[in-house]
Amino acid sequence: MLSVTQERSVIPRLKQEIMRKMVEQGVRIDGRGLNDYRKLMIRVNAIKTADGSSIVALGNTKVIAGVKVDVGKPFEDTPDEGALIVNLEIAPTASPDVEPGPPDENAIEIARVVDRAIRHSGFIDFKSLSIVTGKHAWFLWVDIYVINHDGNLIDASTIAAVTALMNTTLPKVELDPTGNIIKIDRSVRAQLTTNPEKLPLTITHVKMGNVLLVDPTREEEDLSDGMYVVGVAGGNIVAIQKVIGAFTRDEVNYVINNSVNQYLRLRDAVLNALKNPSTELRL
Amino acid sequence: MGKQPPVPLLVNGRRSDGRLPTEHRPVRMEVGVVSNAEGSALVAYGNTVILAAVYGPREVPQKHLELPDKAILRVRYHMAPFSTSEGRKSPTPTRREIEISKVIRTALEPVVLLERFPRTTIDIYIEVLQADGSTRVTGITAASLALADAGIPMRDLLVGVSIGKVSGTIVVDLNQLEDQYGEGDMPLAIMYSRGLITLMQADGEWMPNEINQAIDLAFKVAEKIYRLEKETLKGRYVESAITI
Repeated sequence: MLSVTQERSVIPRLKQEIMRKMVEQGVRIDGRGLNDYRKLMIRVNAIKTADGSSIVALGNTKVIAGVKVDVGKPFEDTPDEGALIVNLEIAPTASPDVEPGPPDENAIEIARVVDRAIRHSGFIDFKSLSIVTGKHAWFLWVDIYVINHDGNLIDASTIAAVTALMNTTLPKVELDPTGNIIKIDRSVRAQLTTNPEKLPLTITHVKMGNVLLVDPTREEEDLSDGMYVVGVAGGNIVAIQKVIGAFTRDEVNYVINNSVNQYLRLRDAVLNALKNPSTELRL
Repeated sequence: MGKQPPVPLLVNGRRSDGRLPTEHRPVRMEVGVVSNAEGSALVAYGNTVILAAVYGPREVPQKHLELPDKAILRVRYHMAPFSTSEGRKSPTPTRREIEISKVIRTALEPVVLLERFPRTTIDIYIEVLQADGSTRVTGITAASLALADAGIPMRDLLVGVSIGKVSGTIVVDLNQLEDQYGEGDMPLAIMYSRGLITLMQADGEWMPNEINQAIDLAFKVAEKIYRLEKETLKGRYVESAITI
């Protein structure tokens, strides 16, 4: 499989000039400041068939994360731990340039960045997913669906994945004395334990000329000279991915520090959105 | 996570293979190793051995992919089935290889003067022949040398360096064991004379100030590899002058 230079959408030159000029003065074409996220709405467990789910709208970007849990055999090098598997599909509904088919390199990249941010954060205690050491453990399958693409898919996907996991329940497993499974009772459930102190979130910056801004729209992404994603949990960096472009050391330092700062704001926005479930978000 | 290394990764300031934290494994470089390619390079960081070959600029086989104002890059990072220390690696591309191909492509794009060759493709094939950690960054050094060997105009040479964290210490150039059992992994690609970073990833847990420390170390080591790249490329012409 070859990775091929991608074509960017054409933005009229007049609009490009306006967008670039405005960000130099600290304002964006939709009125936001450089560090402002778009309106965030979250609705959890709207998907009745999933073991946990979350619909997230970040401006016009809309993603759904669904968690399905399964009992599997633990990996040999971690016999007392369960597993997390993150997958992402950009549905053909998401934008006119998406063709149906298996996940392409963009979808794979996003899924792997979200996976790394969650995996290394301590948000999930993988040992708590063990059922019988070396024999049975919970596998958490997180499937993220991008329904509408208006930029910043990575941050929206991370929010969807973590809020879905926060609302995931595990069925009751009945064991015989030798540790074999007698029955999995899906009607009796226990909450999956997550550690809110270590809530992982990603913060995406794009670079336009010398200006760095967070939560880009699709248009801002198409115009950008660089994109850089930082996964933060608590006060620690748990993932980094330079997605596009070249960055100076000063720019990297700025992005890392600003991500740690913006994390606190974004976390408040997520917790707020969870407290005030959106009625606007329908299936 | 919870995985115990078979041997301690750091004892009295020495790593499992005897290196100091800031010590890179021996670097070996050779260009022009594939006669059919426009440019090629073989690069080893210790026991990690990578071959890179460049074809093009040439016509784009799938017309709809060509761009009117610049060349496209087509990049594949691929592990040979015999390259891993575990069992045979299936030659089918994994999700990991697909992601690495993409991040290497976006690491090379800012370096190559793509606008000189509109409507063409420059193809870069990176083959991991023997893997002992840090394969993507070794691959980047090899790809950069192969592009230069092909005579493709570039803004700078790229240097691949990996930084990691083992037993709480920042180390350079991770081997397989450190990659697998260390607390963090941070591959970088550096346009050394321009001071630009074109690939940067990280996983594991890092404190914000450790990242600065990691980049510092990466630039220090990159200088040496950068000089070796230049010597290797010059050496090719010295050699051919002698054989005439």
